Amino acid sequence: MSERRLSRGLRLLGMLAPGLPQMVAGRLGAGGSAFALWCGLLAIVGVRWERVTAAVSGPVDHQLALLVLIAAGAGVWEWSRRASGKGASGGGSAGAVPRSLWAEGLRAFGRNRVAVGGLITIATLYLLALLTPLIAPFDPTFQGDLLTERLLAPSLAHPLGTDQFARDLLSRLLYGARVSLSIGFIAVSIAITIGTVLGAVAGFMGGWVDSAVMRVVDMVLAFPRLILLITIIAVFQPSIFVIVVILGLTQWPTVTRLVRGEALSLREREFIEAGRALGFSRTRLILRHVVPNTLAPVIVAATLGIGETIILEAGLSFLGLGVQPPTPSWGTLVADGRNYLLGAWWISTFSGLAIVVTVLSFNLAGDGLRDALDPRLRR
Amino acid sequence: MIGYAIRRLLGAIPLVLGIGTIVFFVLNMAPGDPVSLFTSPNVPPEVLDQMRRNMGLDQPVHIRYLRWMGAMLTGDFGVSFARNEPVIDVIRQLLPNTLILSFSALLIAFVGGVLVGVFQAVRQNSIWDNASSVVGLFFYSMPSFWLALMLILIFSLGARNLWDWPIYFPASGMTSIDHPFLSPAGQLRDRFMHLVLPTLSLSLVLAAGVARYMRGSMLEVIRQDYVRTARAKGLPERTVIFRHALRNALLPIVTLLGLLLPVLFSGTVFIETVFAWPGMGKLIVDAIGQRDYPVVMACSVLFATMVVLGNLVADLLYAVVDPRIRYE
Repeated sequence: MSERRLSRGLRLLGMLAPGLPQMVAGRLGAGGSAFALWCGLLAIVGVRWERVTAAVSGPVDHQLALLVLIAAGAGVWEWSRRASGKGASGGGSAGAVPRSLWAEGLRAFGRNRVAVGGLITIATLYLLALLTPLIAPFDPTFQGDLLTERLLAPSLAHPLGTDQFARDLLSRLLYGARVSLSIGFIAVSIAITIGTVLGAVAGFMGGWVDSAVMRVVDMVLAFPRLILLITIIAVFQPSIFVIVVILGLTQWPTVTRLVRGEALSLREREFIEAGRALGFSRTRLILRHVVPNTLAPVIVAATLGIGETIILEAGLSFLGLGVQPPTPSWGTLVADGRNYLLGAWWISTFSGLAIVVTVLSFNLAGDGLRDALDPRLRR
Repeated sequence: MIGYAIRRLLGAIPLVLGIGTIVFFVLNMAPGDPVSLFTSPNVPPEVLDQMRRNMGLDQPVHIRYLRWMGAMLTGDFGVSFARNEPVIDVIRQLLPNTLILSFSALLIAFVGGVLVGVFQAVRQNSIWDNASSVVGLFFYSMPSFWLALMLILIFSLGARNLWDWPIYFPASGMTSIDHPFLSPAGQLRDRFMHLVLPTLSLSLVLAAGVARYMRGSMLEVIRQDYVRTARAKGLPERTVIFRHALRNALLPIVTLLGLLLPVLFSGTVFIETVFAWPGMGKLIVDAIGQRDYPVVMACSVLFATMVVLGNLVADLLYAVVDPRIRYE
């Protein structure tokens, strides 16, 4: 009887503070992150109430941020409700046999704490980037008093200091995260789409298609990517759009090589033969049977690739060949601080740290995914 | 073996030509032509037309392509717009500087990376292994230009201006202003001091990659039967690790050389820019800013050729050091 009351109390608690019941139940990691997320969202609503209400009729990115805020809150709440319900009815479901390769991989990934930490950091970064219009203390291009607020050291008013134009560095970093993170994500999406299709077709068809595709792949891979990018950017005026497309269009060869290797071995398997015997078209065999089976290594490559792309984009912006000022990107912020390295060390240091933390999380998550999705590496 | 080498060398030629083709056509997409650089109200159109004719720009694109290819194969990369001297002369001055930087970085990266990797593998899953893995991944995730700035901040600016350390390193250039007036030993020391920070910032990122790879390779070898045999014979652990295991674990590292070259050259672009190191990387960045297309073309073809050759050397080395590899 008392146990029931306790669980009802917990459920009530879950309504107010999702994640807490899970923490009480012993799932410290999941419950804690959910609770932290909930608190963070509440804090945003509390501290930035006027901005949240104004966002309803504000610019698109403010509306999007509001939408994300609501969605994240609802998501955490719903997760907590379901998880506590499951915990009450299902009991210890540890002995259950996972069904698919993906479920098995997910469990293996969940056991790897470092990798999960990386994934949580990534999720936090993307959430921050989406919520930026609501949380950034200042507008990224807002200039304070050039005489008194220039190159200020970190303080309460400016947690990470100000830059040479008296702009708040934290706000610029947050807005820069939107640019850097979305460039990484979109460029890699382009790359894996092209790479997977070309690789699967080349590996599956073989013959002249294969050799033609692979010659191009060899050629692009022999080219140091940065030099190729620089050359192309020398021709087109750098803009976010151009950077994204070019980064995407120069990364597919690695994915193609990977997928082609997988497709070559898949082609000889029985299930493809069975598909052939059933009279499936080549398109169907490639799209429905080859591509899904090459997905695991592609996901790993994509995760690691986003980190690599973020570094590349930062590098291009650092050289002045990427995102153009005044739009903040982490690379341009590092470059901004270069001339004030000794007097205003915080500009370059914090911007660079943002890159390192992001790329490190992608590398950790990518390594974890590789270990989890490859049955041979699983312990 | 020699037959294989020749075949690989022949195979590399179309690759380099193909890369040259890509570069040519990419830069051909550029709006306007080189002559438009000289356009101003003071220059009559007839002069511009004459310049176009002199540069061969009145020819159709395939003729220009063939001419450019032919010229490039004979080492004629045209004349730099910005420096007004033959591109080949510019490259001849700057290439050695880049090679000094690259080779010292490669050397440190491989020696350091291999040592760390071996250490990690021998003490697998110990606290030192985990700690150095984390530190390694940290460096591996670091943009080299940021690392360079941080090194400058600490070991050059901070060391000299804030903390008065007895030793600080110069933050830019290859030599000091008073370099010609130093004694020969002083000149050598001056050069070395200028080399330290750029080399470090290039090699730390590379070394982290090498160590990651080396650890895996060494772990594989250590589990082999012959290592157990060597231990069973009563050989000291040092001999087992360095004479028996390391030699075989080093084999796959050779191929890493080919993989790391593009990373290395990308790195030199940033490092040379940050440290104002007069080399190829800084040259290409400056050339982009000045729309100096002949230099851009020559640099990118040269970089790509070096990568192709590096891969070739790595493959051949691998065949030499590993007798198990047999090529048809």
